[in-house]
Amino acid sequence: MGNYEWSIADLLAYMSRNSGMLWEYFVSHVVMVLSGLGLAIVIGLPLGIWCSKNERLAKFILGITGVLQVVPSLALLVLLMLVLGLGSTTVIIGLLFYSLNPIVRNTYVGLKQVNPSYIEAGRGIGMSPLQLLMKVRFPLALTYIMTGLRIAAVIAIGVVTIAPMVGGEGLGREIYAGINNQNPLRIYAGAIPAALLAIVADIVLGYFQRKLKFDERKHKRQGNKKISTT
Amino acid sequence: MIELQQVNKVYDDGFHALKDINLTIKKGELTVFIGPSGCGKSTTMKMINRLITPSSGKVLINGKDISEQNPVELRRNIGYVIQNVGLFPHMTIARNVAVVPHLKKWEQDRIQPRVEELMRMVNLDPEVYRDRYPSELSGGQQQRIGVIRALAADPDIILMDEPFSALDPISREQLQEELSRLQEELHKTIIFVTHDMDEAIKIADTIVMMKDGEVVQTGSPESILRYPANDFVRTFIGQKRMEEGPQGEPLRLSTVDDVMVTQPATTYPSRGLAEAVKIMEGRRVDSLFVVDRFRKLLGIVSIYRVLNMFNEENKTVGDVMRPIGYQVAPGTPLPVAIEMMSNHRLTNLAVVDDDGRLLGLITRGSIVKHLNEVYPTIVEQFASSLGEEA
Repeated sequence: MGNYEWSIADLLAYMSRNSGMLWEYFVSHVVMVLSGLGLAIVIGLPLGIWCSKNERLAKFILGITGVLQVVPSLALLVLLMLVLGLGSTTVIIGLLFYSLNPIVRNTYVGLKQVNPSYIEAGRGIGMSPLQLLMKVRFPLALTYIMTGLRIAAVIAIGVVTIAPMVGGEGLGREIYAGINNQNPLRIYAGAIPAALLAIVADIVLGYFQRKLKFDERKHKRQGNKKISTT
Repeated sequence: MIELQQVNKVYDDGFHALKDINLTIKKGELTVFIGPSGCGKSTTMKMINRLITPSSGKVLINGKDISEQNPVELRRNIGYVIQNVGLFPHMTIARNVAVVPHLKKWEQDRIQPRVEELMRMVNLDPEVYRDRYPSELSGGQQQRIGVIRALAADPDIILMDEPFSALDPISREQLQEELSRLQEELHKTIIFVTHDMDEAIKIADTIVMMKDGEVVQTGSPESILRYPANDFVRTFIGQKRMEEGPQGEPLRLSTVDDVMVTQPATTYPSRGLAEAVKIMEGRRVDSLFVVDRFRKLLGIVSIYRVLNMFNEENKTVGDVMRPIGYQVAPGTPLPVAIEMMSNHRLTNLAVVDDDGRLLGLITRGSIVKHLNEVYPTIVEQFASSLGEEA
C-alpha cells in the first residue's frame, strides 16, 4: 500500500463521493452497537441486581461473563456464526456477550458500594425492598453503571468493525474493502469514523458518569428559581 | 405505650445479645437507652420497628403485638433518625423531609406546606434550603433535617439511634436543646440511644441503663444520679470515687491532673487577630493560650487585648500575647493550685510540664465540676463512718 500516493484532500474527496454508502455503513454500525448494548442492559441490569443479593450467585455469574469477555472477539464471532449463521444477529449476540461483563460487574459493584447508612435509613423509615432499590440503591449506583456502559460501548464500537467477517454490516466493510483492494483511502474512510465514534461515545458517557455521581450532589445556584415540588 | 416482654436475642454465632429484657416505655416521654458499646441498646431499640426480630419474647405497641403487623407499614408510622448520614444524597432537602409522606401517598398540596412548617420549626428557611442537597449543609443542619424527616408524617413514636454523636460539641448541644424544645411542644414517645451520659441527663425523662444485654437500672435522671444501683452505674455516670490508700492511709488528695481541662483553647503565634476572636467565639472563652507546634506554652491573649489591637490588621497573636504569670507542674496537689488562684485572683491556671508543654488548664468551672463528681462519695463515706461509730 505504501507506494500509493494520496493526500487528505483525496480522502475528503473520496468520502464525499461515497457519502451515501459511508453513511449507510455508519448507521448500521451504530444500530448494531446500540442493539448489542441495549440487549446487554436489559439482561445485565437484572443480573447485576441479582448478584448484589447473593454472593455465591455473584461469583458464578461474574465468572461466566468474565470468561465470555476473555474469548478473542474473532473466535467468539466465528463460533456464534456456526450456530446462528451469517448476519447482523450474530454480531449483536456477540456484542451482548462482550458488553455483559462490564455492565453486570459495575451494577453489582455500584449497588454494593452504597453506604449502608442510606440503606438502613431507607429501611428504617419504611421503604419496601423494591422502593429501596428504585429510590435509593439504584440512583446511588448510577455513576457506576454508567462506567460499565462506557466501557461496554467503547469495546462494542471496536468489536463491530470485524462484523463483516461474519456477514454483518458497518464501517468494517469499508475497512476490509480497503484492505482487499490495497486502498488506504477506503481503510481510513472506515477507520476514522469508527475511531471518532468510540471517542465521542467515551466523552458523552463520561459526562453522564460524572453527572450522575450523587454522593456530593449540589444544586445549580445561578438564577434557576424553579418551583420545587418536593 | 411500648412494652418489651421477655425479649431475647441470640445471634447465629451463639452471641446472646439481649437477655430477658422487660421494659415499659411510657407514652409521651423521652426515654434514653444508654450503656457502653455492645450493651444491646441499639438492638433493643431496633426491635421496636422490627429492623431486628427478637429470638423470643414479644414487643407490644399500645397492646398490639408488632410481630403480627406488616413491618413496612409499621416503620412508616414510627419516625427513625440514624447516626451520621441518614439523608439521601441524591434528593433535595425538601424531598428528603417529604420521603415518608410520599411513601404514605399524601396529596402533593398537603406535603409541601408540611415540609415548610417543619423546616421553620428547626429554623431552616425553606426558601433557602428547600432545593439544596445534603452535602451543601453543615453536619448540624443535616441532622436537624434528619430529625424533622422523622417527624414529617406525624408519627407517635420516634426512634433515634445516637443521632448527635457525630456532631461537634457546639452543634450537639444546640440540637439537644432544640430536641427538648420540640418535645415540650409535641409530646412524642421518643426512644433515644446514646452512650453520652451528659446528653442523657440533659434530655431524658427516663433513663434505661444497659450493660451486656441486660437492663441495669431504670429511672429518672435525678433518681439515677442520687441512687446509682451499683458500681457500674456509678462509674458510668462519672462519679469518680476518691481512692483510699492501703490500710487506712488518708484519702488521696486530688491533684491538678484530676481537675484540669485537657483540651484548652489554644492558638499559634502566627495567627491573625480575627482568627483568634473566631476561636474564642467558637470555644466560648475570653482568652487563648498561645502554643508552638510542640505545644510549648508561649503566652496568653485575652479578648480585651485582641479587641484593643484589632484595627491593626498585620498584627498577629504573637505580637499581642503576654507572658504567663503563674503556672503549675503536673502532680501539684489541688489545694495548692486553688490557693494560688485565690491569692492572685486568677481565672485560670495552666498546667505545664518540665519541657514547658501545655498539658491542661484549671478553671473555676473545672474545679466545681470535679467537686461535684467527688462530693457525693465524700458524703457517703462520711455518713457510713458516722454509722460505724454509733
